[in-house]
Amino acid sequence: MSTPPPPMPHSAAPEWPAAPGAAPSAPAYPTYTSPIPVVRTHLGHALASEWTKIRSVRSTMWTLGVLVALVVGIGLLTGLVIAGSDPDLAGESPLSLGFFGLLLGSMCLITLGVLTTASEYGTGMIRTTMVACPSRGRVLAAKALVFFLVAFVVTVVCASVVGLLHMSLLEEYNAAEPSVEEWLKGTVGISLYLALLGTLSLAVGSIVRHSAGAITIMIALVLAPLVIAMFMFSPSLADVQQALFEYSIPNQMSVFYSTSLSESGPSGWDPLWIMLVVTGAALAFAFTLLRKRDV
Amino acid sequence: MIEAVGLTKRYGDKTAVYNLSFQVRPGAVTGFLGPNGSGKSTTMRMILGLDNPTAGHVTICGHPYDKLPNAPRQVGALLDAKAVHGGRSARNHLLSLAQLSGIPARRVDEVLGVVGLHEVAGRRSKGFSLGMGQRLGIAAALLGDPQVLLFDEPVNGLDPEGILWVRNLMKSLAAEGRTVFVSSHLMSEMALTADHLIVIGRGQLMADMSVKDFISHNSADFARVRTPDSEPQQREKLSAAITEAGGHVLPEQDGALRVTGLPLPRISDLAHDHDVRLWELSPHQASLEEAYMRMTQGAVDYRSTTDQKEGLQQPLPPGAQPPMPVPGQGQPGWYAPPPPQQGGQPFAPPQAAPAGPYGAPAAPASAPAAPVANPYAQPPQAPQSAPQPAPSAEPTKSEDAR
Repeated sequence: MSTPPPPMPHSAAPEWPAAPGAAPSAPAYPTYTSPIPVVRTHLGHALASEWTKIRSVRSTMWTLGVLVALVVGIGLLTGLVIAGSDPDLAGESPLSLGFFGLLLGSMCLITLGVLTTASEYGTGMIRTTMVACPSRGRVLAAKALVFFLVAFVVTVVCASVVGLLHMSLLEEYNAAEPSVEEWLKGTVGISLYLALLGTLSLAVGSIVRHSAGAITIMIALVLAPLVIAMFMFSPSLADVQQALFEYSIPNQMSVFYSTSLSESGPSGWDPLWIMLVVTGAALAFAFTLLRKRDV
Repeated sequence: MIEAVGLTKRYGDKTAVYNLSFQVRPGAVTGFLGPNGSGKSTTMRMILGLDNPTAGHVTICGHPYDKLPNAPRQVGALLDAKAVHGGRSARNHLLSLAQLSGIPARRVDEVLGVVGLHEVAGRRSKGFSLGMGQRLGIAAALLGDPQVLLFDEPVNGLDPEGILWVRNLMKSLAAEGRTVFVSSHLMSEMALTADHLIVIGRGQLMADMSVKDFISHNSADFARVRTPDSEPQQREKLSAAITEAGGHVLPEQDGALRVTGLPLPRISDLAHDHDVRLWELSPHQASLEEAYMRMTQGAVDYRSTTDQKEGLQQPLPPGAQPPMPVPGQGQPGWYAPPPPQQGGQPFAPPQAAPAGPYGAPAAPASAPAAPVANPYAQPPQAPQSAPQPAPSAEPTKSEDAR
């Protein structure tokens, strides 16, 4: 008695209340048509949506606020301290003083990058998003693009402000007038690099799907090579130690100010290309996983 | 129109959904029922393309979800009301979803009005109550004005007014010709809302039929017959007569008889022929809940057992019997309690509980068998049902189920 009748959908069709006497074929049923016009969606829609998302949460305001405070604050402080000590800079570029603020500020970009993707997994929002946009790759692409542009614009403005600040503070102490290329590297170059670092964090966030885990991985990536290299006392490891120093992220950043810790490693715009390749690979991996995994 | 064919999903060793085939048609509310862990949510996630089926496929209007042109304009879903970023305001949350599928921004304010959240649209959804969160989820489902709607437990956390609103909303959406697919645990709610039912248990289809058919297929309708309390011999006489005529008689706790297999006029005739007076002769139809419990009891994954408190319990004094467990889930032969208005005592009377769970000597068998309030609780066929706790409720139901 309690055994259900075999699951035969068609057998139930004649009893269907909404379609009395209707044939069991699909077109016989009434369907609803919305008065709102249906548009074909594209990346532009996803970009607008991600822009709304990124600007409407407090974590964006907080991380970017701290970024600005760190970069401008530390820049101003170092500028004032050096100017106060009445030094002779002997033709050194004043732009390189911006390095310390940006090094700390990179942590903010890492955090924001990770949160852009991983917080959706943490809150479950990702399911809502993926239902609203089944093209998963489009969502990730839009996130990466929007984040990259926001991070780049904020960083380049901060770096430029700090650069101009140092120029005006230190030009009476025999500091060099930076060339156009130095300006370009010290503002646009370093900002592109940091924005890419943030985008790498975004990809890592999408891969590990856990905010704290992804932030830890990214901070380790920034700090570990330097720390590990510091404890490589054995002479047989000297080459490895040298490479770790040279390709550590802080050293790559300092290349943009031509004040590398060593002379042999990356130089010129090299760090940007390195970061571009690494970020590209991480994003490609994130895309593959996103397509394959259940949300 | 949702169509699933041979849908199967395995997570490692565990098969969440196995070979599920069904159709959900437009113009009606289709209820989706099943015990916890039976695969309802997994099925919904596969319909929405969030999980890839291990085997089989599911289509909406003939397309897999991710092949639909602008899917959110055709399918709206409330999966989990908490699946929002709590730091975002309700309006911004909906706005981001609207932009994603090219829906005009003014539609956001429309749906906020529909679900009654327009006054809190600017507040962060973190501070929303369960019911407000549910309304926000419903707003997101309605955003695209879609022709197919899926709701997973939509009335969770809503107040009675909200439940009524959801019920009417579902019905009006279906009346507009949309496909409405709703999962719920609340049977009474489903009985009022749904036209059609799909029931699954342990990931397999158990029923696909209209609510009316479901109830009559899965529960025995019965007649309640009451003879004068003062004359038990009349009751026995009637019982014998009914059994002879081919009916089934089951005693109820309060002395009434539950008769199946005979129409009401025939029972009345029998009583008349045997010169038995009747105090009550009433037809009873089982509720959807009862039918559902009966059908799914074999497919429940998470069944509670009686708390034995082993090790904390003092040894029973010699001669004392162990306390009778309260009849309930986890025991073989347990069936859905009858609805209270049907007169049965759904659970053991509260007096049974203090009858010595901590080792206080209990009068043997007195607790469950003799509720103080009702002197007629002892059924006539005492020897048959005496060893059972709560004698009438249990055997009654188990026989019913055959």
